[in-house]
Amino acid sequence: MKIQAPMIGFINGLLVTIKTTLRRPVTAEYPSVEKRLALSDRYMGFPALTWDYDVKEPYCTGCMVCVRECPTQCMSAQMKDNPKHEENLSRRRKIIDSFEINLGRCILCGICVDVCNFDAIEMSHEYELSKYQRNANRVNLNQLLDMGSSFQNKIGWKPKQPQKNSGVPQPPKASEESS
Amino acid sequence: MQVHQQTSEHSDAIDLMVNMGPQHPSTHGVFRLVIWVDGERIVRVEPHIGYLHRGSEKICESEQYNQIVTLFDRLDYVGNLNNELAFCLAVEKLTETVVPERAEYIRVILCELNRIASHMLFYGVYGLDAGATTPMLYGFRERERVQELFESVTGARMMHNYIRIGGVKEDVPADFEKNVRKLLDDLKQGVEECDSLLSQNEMFLARTKGVGVISGDEALDYGVTGPALRASGVVEDVRVTDPYSIYERFDFGIPVGSMGDCWDRYFVRVEEMRESIKIIEQALSELPKGEISAKVRRIVRPPAGDVFIRTESPRGDLGVYIVSDGSDKPYRVKVRPPSFANLQALEYMLKDTYIADAVLVLGSIDIIMGEVDR
Ligand code: SF4
Ligand code: SF4
Repeated sequence: MKIQAPMIGFINGLLVTIKTTLRRPVTAEYPSVEKRLALSDRYMGFPALTWDYDVKEPYCTGCMVCVRECPTQCMSAQMKDNPKHEENLSRRRKIIDSFEINLGRCILCGICVDVCNFDAIEMSHEYELSKYQRNANRVNLNQLLDMGSSFQNKIGWKPKQPQKNSGVPQPPKASEESS
Repeated sequence: MQVHQQTSEHSDAIDLMVNMGPQHPSTHGVFRLVIWVDGERIVRVEPHIGYLHRGSEKICESEQYNQIVTLFDRLDYVGNLNNELAFCLAVEKLTETVVPERAEYIRVILCELNRIASHMLFYGVYGLDAGATTPMLYGFRERERVQELFESVTGARMMHNYIRIGGVKEDVPADFEKNVRKLLDDLKQGVEECDSLLSQNEMFLARTKGVGVISGDEALDYGVTGPALRASGVVEDVRVTDPYSIYERFDFGIPVGSMGDCWDRYFVRVEEMRESIKIIEQALSELPKGEISAKVRRIVRPPAGDVFIRTESPRGDLGVYIVSDGSDKPYRVKVRPPSFANLQALEYMLKDTYIADAVLVLGSIDIIMGEVDR
């Protein structure tokens, strides 16, 4: 350790703090919507389901892969036959019937997004968890789709595998007809 | 604080038993310290742990390997990426996965940034422990900058789940290098500011110099590792003595103290931040292009066997032991957390110090209760 004149360390410290009086504050005001910090593009908020605007249905087919892979078992899903598929309005044979995520249990790990093969779930930019009822954090399919579509509009979301996962029915091919 | 009276085992005078914690702002988590004092002097202390026990090791046995990464995030919740790295290295050693170069570099850069963030948190709260409020604001400001970068890379500020078995989750954003360089400039200035604000402050020196002394031999006997051990003059850093990942490629120093007192433990960490900045600069200039993850099955099934790996987390020597029975879930996971071992030496360090210094000594070994209790 350096030997120094008495009170130099103290004065040095004061100089550091005096310098800060000349600059702008680094803090932001949280509850105010305009003044809070901006989120980065990759921010992982609550998971939300995406909406296929082309055929007006969710991307999710209810395959349950995310439900099985979730480390906290906070989601549940149920699939049904897609009525639009029968009328040849959509390529999806199966569609999600009901979906529930307990956001209070979700640890925002992003594993569900990684494992989904249909681009159907995304980490949205929502992060506020305080509600008036305890069960208000159990969100159902409609709420998840609302969260998802507002997220899609916010960042201009595009599916990662548009060819594979688009729901727009393609002109029937001979091979597909037979299957 | 509750106060009881009890006859001491050590002398015939009556010692006071003081209960510090579990709800006490200076215990850095939920930690209870029972202190017997004779006047102002501490006769004996007894740490009580377990208030934050979540059974992480047991939960690991019922989770798949890639889900366990999320649990390791939550052990040492200030050095998350270092914990993820330790677990992923262990699984990679078990499955003999070769991690691509780019992923290794990204991991090192982020882990060293995490070390800086962790030491900055220590710096801030240690100032508070010593009775200085201002360092907290500076420490958190710098940590916040690092966390902002983490958010832009991993998507989360603390619980990243970014380092995955075989590599990292996704490639860094395009402006990563630029952002890190800017961050490093800020951090360099920040470390200097922090250093001149507190390190040589006469009041701080008077409170920390010669308090809670532990010699190198004693520290080794207690199993103390990390900055707390290096402060006692022992040159031991897993990054250098038993290199993992790609640490042998970088040129950096190991700061050591001489006395083994609170001030040394504090200053070793300040110096370590400077060394971490050096590592990041070297890694950033060498950052190669290429793959960011090895080909790993979605459900990892390592061969039956066991593996032990040790890494240098911000708090010390973090060991992970995994026994695999060949299924998709481990048979047993054991973590050797540095904080837990460092806490053992607290009794020795606190003996015969003043009760007013108890908080300072406890703060100087920088424990994280999430890691101690697991
Ligand atoms: S979100 Fe994806 S993984 Fe989950 S049920 Fe829907 S389609 Fe399957
Ligand atoms: S983010 Fe993680 S915890 Fe949350 S629903 Fe998805 S998999 Fe489950």
